[in-house]
Amino acid sequence: MTETATLLSVRPELVTQNPVSRRRALQPVRAFVKHVVLILGALIMLYPVLWMVVSSLRPSDKIFGDPTLVLKTFDIKNYVNGWNALTEPYGHYLINSMLVVLGAIIGNLVACSLAAYAFARLNFRGKRWWFGIMLITIMVPIHVIIVPQYILFSQVGWVNTFWPLIVPKLLATDAFFVFLMVQFMRGIPRELDEAARIDGAGHPRIFLQIILPLMVPALGTTTIFTFIWTWNDFFSQLIYLTDPEKYTSSLALRSFVDSQGSTDWGAVFAMSVVSLLPVFLVFLFGQRFLLRGIATTGGK
Amino acid sequence: MSALGELRQLKDSKAAKGDGKAAFWFLLPWFLGLFTVTAGPMLASLGLSFTKYNLLQPPSFIGFQNFVRMFSDERLLHSLGVTFTYVLVSVPLQLGLALALAVLLDRGVRGLSFYRSVYYLPSLIGGSVAIAVLWRTVFGVNGLFNQFLAIFGIHGQGWISSPDTAIGTLILLNVWTFGAPMVIFLAGLRQIPVSLYEAASVDGASKGRQFISITLPMLSPIIFFNLVLQLIHSFQSFTQAFVVSGGTGGPADSTLLFSLYLYQRGFRAFDMGYASALAWLLVVIIGAFTALNFWASKYWVFYDD
Repeated sequence: MTETATLLSVRPELVTQNPVSRRRALQPVRAFVKHVVLILGALIMLYPVLWMVVSSLRPSDKIFGDPTLVLKTFDIKNYVNGWNALTEPYGHYLINSMLVVLGAIIGNLVACSLAAYAFARLNFRGKRWWFGIMLITIMVPIHVIIVPQYILFSQVGWVNTFWPLIVPKLLATDAFFVFLMVQFMRGIPRELDEAARIDGAGHPRIFLQIILPLMVPALGTTTIFTFIWTWNDFFSQLIYLTDPEKYTSSLALRSFVDSQGSTDWGAVFAMSVVSLLPVFLVFLFGQRFLLRGIATTGGK
Repeated sequence: MSALGELRQLKDSKAAKGDGKAAFWFLLPWFLGLFTVTAGPMLASLGLSFTKYNLLQPPSFIGFQNFVRMFSDERLLHSLGVTFTYVLVSVPLQLGLALALAVLLDRGVRGLSFYRSVYYLPSLIGGSVAIAVLWRTVFGVNGLFNQFLAIFGIHGQGWISSPDTAIGTLILLNVWTFGAPMVIFLAGLRQIPVSLYEAASVDGASKGRQFISITLPMLSPIIFFNLVLQLIHSFQSFTQAFVVSGGTGGPADSTLLFSLYLYQRGFRAFDMGYASALAWLLVVIIGAFTALNFWASKYWVFYDD
């Protein structure tokens, strides 16, 4: 995921090239076989997910007898049951997830773009050094910082609040996005900055009025990936949120499965589908956004 | 292009000074983050790894005891075995599949963007709790997988409840997310000049020969990039093993991935000193694999520049 984002936003021309140009003269038979293989592969890949969606609309006792995708009855009872199965209606947990996601997105957009501007455009002592440290932090596993971080946040009294999940983003700790934005800014012609500087603009104005508007595609990529990663996140939410009232969608779903055992799989599937829905929507919307972003910078 | 490439080139760039004041303000949030949430805690955990600490009493210094303890910790040694199996089987399979699909999609397929989306989608949701829950049911005794086997008259076992096959289902889940490296391979393939293939065709080279002599060498920096990132990523897998095993790493510790064991020591047993030592072991393992990769890359990665 990570790597894709870099390539797509740093090298947009990779996507805009015409994919058909290389080998146009494929024989029809071979092309047909290839499509059959590709479609079969896609079907195998997505079959479990499709089956889950279909099963969530079946009566619970019918789910494990039916490996097909044929829906004989259309029943949303599982959704009603699942939605109300935990202490709070499931919407409560979706809102919690949404709050964390929103905080993370704002944090990443603001803090990472500020840091990226310094690395891409400013000259300062030890820049090489700090940039190297920033790159290394991309590769640091979360496990090696989570224990002291937990101790720190628990001493501030932030366990069972959303702050431990949001504040690090406000401090640009998702260094991957700093790197992504630095790469993108390097593609913006420096003449624009210099023209603005001659007109008397300082760094804050150049950043806000020249650079930011031009890097909307990179900001879009950051938004989309922050959304999906934070929404799917489990490890840090599991550690910081133990009060069921504060559960996010991931945690609620997991506690639902564990409390439910294997009794009501219909309802579990229904809430799984609900918890995946925002990711699907963002993917659909985000894809178009990415392509538009690529189109606007296509002249590069 | 990549963070790794950047690190390689670090020594070439020239440092200068000039906008120090502005840079300080722009970097202020990042500096704060570095000292309080990233590098600071990293050093703190190095310190904690030499202590015994349970959150309630202050940490007490015990020297290298945590590290000595590792050698006789049978669950740890077992968990390392599970993790290595998981990483070393799933990453090559995942990258192989990603490369095969990318090559298949690269040569002028209609509906490329459709296929790309479909194959990419599992990468976006593969790490979620919902998919782990799905996996747990698909490979259960009465799960989807066994129902398919039943069509062919095979009576399958409970793949997740059997210690021999449970890790296999997690490996499969990791392989299933091959879409992300595939998209990167696709982008890399576009960069290979068509003229190379044309020249090879004129010389009478077969498709297979072209793949081995042009595609693989030209793509080797991207293969290397994917390999390093997927290794780092896979060593840290947690959610799937946690959900599939209900947090235990069972059956019989067969899905006890390293980060799951670390979680159990640190946040279930509140054995924070030992957990910190384990975290540093993970850093050393990942660091060693990355270094090994960089060293080996001299012999098989081909840089055009």
